[in-house]
Amino acid sequence: MTTEQIAKAEKMNGARMFLECLKQEGVDTIFGYPGGVILHIYDELYSCDYIKHYLVRHEQAAVHAAEGYARVTGKPGVVLVTSGPGACNTVTGIANAYYDSYPLVVFTGQVDSKLIGNDAFQEADIVGITRTCCKHNYLVKNIGDLPRVIKESFHIAKTGKPGPVVVSLPKDVLTAKMDFEYPDKISLPGYNPTYEGHPIQCRRALKLLCEAQRPVIISGGGVIHSEASAEITELARKLNIPIATTLMGIGTYPQDDELSLGMLGMHGNYWANLAVSNCDVLFAVGTRFNDRITGYLKSFCKNAKVIHVDIDPCSISKNVHVDIPVVGDAKNVINLMLKEYSTEKYSYNEAMRRVWIQEILAWKEKRALRAIENGKMSPQTVIEHIYQKTKDKDAIIATEVGQHQMWTAQLYKFTKPRQLITSGGLGTMGFGFPAAMGAQIAAPDRLVFNIAGDGSIQMNIQELMTCVDYKIPVKIAVINNGYLGMVRQWQEKLFDKHYSQTHITSPDYVKLAEAYGILGIRITEESQIDEALDKAINYDGPVIMDFVVEPFEMVYPWVLAGKPLNEVILSNNAPEFRMGD
Amino acid sequence: MKHTISVLVKNEPGILSCVCDLFSSRGFNIESLTVASTIDNVFSRITIVTTGDDVVIEQICKQLNRLINTIKVVELPKSADKCIDRELILCKVTAKDDARSEILRISEIFGAKIIDVSPDIYTLEYSGDNRQVMALIALLKPLGIKEIVRSGMVAITRENQFINLHK
Repeated sequence: MTTEQIAKAEKMNGARMFLECLKQEGVDTIFGYPGGVILHIYDELYSCDYIKHYLVRHEQAAVHAAEGYARVTGKPGVVLVTSGPGACNTVTGIANAYYDSYPLVVFTGQVDSKLIGNDAFQEADIVGITRTCCKHNYLVKNIGDLPRVIKESFHIAKTGKPGPVVVSLPKDVLTAKMDFEYPDKISLPGYNPTYEGHPIQCRRALKLLCEAQRPVIISGGGVIHSEASAEITELARKLNIPIATTLMGIGTYPQDDELSLGMLGMHGNYWANLAVSNCDVLFAVGTRFNDRITGYLKSFCKNAKVIHVDIDPCSISKNVHVDIPVVGDAKNVINLMLKEYSTEKYSYNEAMRRVWIQEILAWKEKRALRAIENGKMSPQTVIEHIYQKTKDKDAIIATEVGQHQMWTAQLYKFTKPRQLITSGGLGTMGFGFPAAMGAQIAAPDRLVFNIAGDGSIQMNIQELMTCVDYKIPVKIAVINNGYLGMVRQWQEKLFDKHYSQTHITSPDYVKLAEAYGILGIRITEESQIDEALDKAINYDGPVIMDFVVEPFEMVYPWVLAGKPLNEVILSNNAPEFRMGD
Repeated sequence: MKHTISVLVKNEPGILSCVCDLFSSRGFNIESLTVASTIDNVFSRITIVTTGDDVVIEQICKQLNRLINTIKVVELPKSADKCIDRELILCKVTAKDDARSEILRISEIFGAKIIDVSPDIYTLEYSGDNRQVMALIALLKPLGIKEIVRSGMVAITRENQFINLHK
C-alpha cells in the first residue's frame, strides 16, 4: 500500500490529519512556536519527514517570515502557533499580509471546544479578533470539517486577491479520530473571483490609451500577484507609455529603463508625481489608490480619464473616480489588450507621445536625486553602495519601515518583481528582518539583505538566534541614525522640532553579534562601506552591519500628507513648494 | 437617503458578526438589520436598511459581496411598485377610560390587532410599511406608549424577481 492508501485506510487523529492535509497542499515549510493546546500537532511533527518546521523566537516573526516566504515563492506561507498569547501575537503579522495581499494560512491552537467561552487558560477568541484583518477565518468545531476547512483555506488564501486565512483548531479536534479523506473539490458558492476582464471594457481601455496624448501607467502590487510584469512591460513599450509604480509594485517594470518613472506618491520621484498630475489618461493596474500615492484626493488626476484594472471590485471607485473599470486578473486583462492591439486596428500618435516623454525627461533631468557629498556618511550613500555591490547578484532586499525604506525604494534600481520585500499598507516596523529570514529560506542560494533602521531592527531582533540555529545567512544593514527618523522628520517640519520620544538608543551591535556568535561590523566612514559590504557578502552566515550615519538627513521629495501630488518639497533649502515645474 | 440591501448568506456561525464588523470597521451605518434562515436552512437572508450616497451604497454592496460566505447582495428598488417592505411592531399602550375606545378605533383603522389586554394596558400587534408604522406610532404616542418593539424592516421584490441561490 502507498502512504496515501494507508492514510485512507486507518482512522487518524486530527493532529496527524492536519499534517496529511498540509502534505496534500504541497506544504514543506512552516514557521511556528509550540504551546499547550497545539502539542498534539507538535507530537506528530516530531516524526514527520516531509515538513520542515522553523522555530522562531516570537509568533509575530513567524507570520512575517511566512509572508517573506510567500513573497518570494508566490505560494502561501504557513504558520502554526498555540492558543491565547500565541494566537494574539500573530495579529500584526496577519494584518500586514492582509493589507499587502499576500497569501498566508495561519493555524492557531484553541482550547477544548467544550471550554470555549469559559475564559479558560490561554483562551482568546482569535476568530473574533482577526475578523477584520484577514481574508477569511474558521473555527473548526468537528474533526469531520478539518480536511474541508484546510482545503478551503489554501484555496481562499491564494486565489482572487490573495490574503491571510486564519484557522482556529480546538484541542479536542486534534485528538478526535476519523477516516481521512482529502476532498478534491471545493464548494464555495459565495466566492467566485473574476479572472477574465470583460472584453468590451478591455477594448475601451485600449482605445482610450491609444487616443491619449499624455498617458501614464501606474503598476501596483496586484501586478506582482498576477505575475503580469512581463505583460505590463510589453504593453508600456508597445504603446510607448511612461510607467510609474507604487511602493508595492516596485520591480514590475525595470527601473533602469527610459519609460520608467520609478515610484510615485508621498516620497515618490518628482517627475513621476508630476507626470501623473498632468496626464490625460491614467491606466492603473492592481493598486487600491492608497492615500500615500494619491495625495489630496480631489486634485488627484482631476483632468484625466482613469482606467482601473483590479481583481477586487471593492478597490474600483473606492477612492478615485474611475471612467473605465475592468474587474479581472491583471495578466489576463493585459494579455487581452495586447492581443487586441496586435490586430492593428489601433494606433497612437508617435510624435505626440515623443513630446510627452521628452517633457517628463526634462523634469527628470532637472530634479534627479543626486548623491549628497558633504564628507559625512549619509544614509543615502550607504544605500547607494549596497545597490552598487548587489545589483548584479540577483539580491532580495527586505526593508523595515521608515526613512531607510523610502531611500531604498528611491535609490535601489529594482529590475524584477519579488525583489523588494517591504511592508506597504500596514507599515509594520519589525517586519523586514523576519521577512528576510523567510525569503532566505525560500531562496537559500540568493543573497538576502535586510536594510533596517535602528528603531525597526530592535522590534524583532530576537530572531537573530533563529538565523543562527538554521544557518540563515541574512545580511542586516542597520542604517543607524539614533532616531526614529521618519517620525523625527515629521516633527522637524510639522511640530516645531519637538523631538518627542523619537531619539532612540541602540545596543552595541558588534557586541550583540558576538553574543549571538555571528559577524558584526561597525562602519563610521564612507571609505569603509565597500570593504564592509564585501566582507558581509562573502561571509558564510548572518551579519549585522552597523552603519553609523548622519542623524539629520531627511527623505525628499516629500509631499506632505493631504497635499496634492504636485506640491513637492524638494530639499531642506529649496523653496517650500514647487508647483508644476 | 435610506437604502435597503438584501443579503443571502451561508448560514454559518459568525456570519452575522462578519456583516456587523464590516459595517463598523468601515464606518457604514445600520438603521435596521433583520436575519433569519431561508426555506433552505443552509442559507440565511439578511435585510439591512442603511443610509449613504450612491458611492457609499455601491461600496457597501461590494464589500458585502467580498465576504466569503455571502452568496448574493442586492440593493432593493425603492419604488413601491417593484418592492414591498414591512415591519412588525408590538406596542404596549396605556388604556384607561376614554383611551380604551380610542385605541380600538385607531387599531381598527390601521388593521392592527390587540393581542393582550389588562386593566391598564392594551398590547397591539401591527405590520405595515415604514410610513404606516410611523403614522400608527404618531397616533398612539399621545395616548401613552409604555413600551415598543420593532422588528426592523424586511422586504421582498414583486412578481418574477427572486433573490435565491440560483438565478
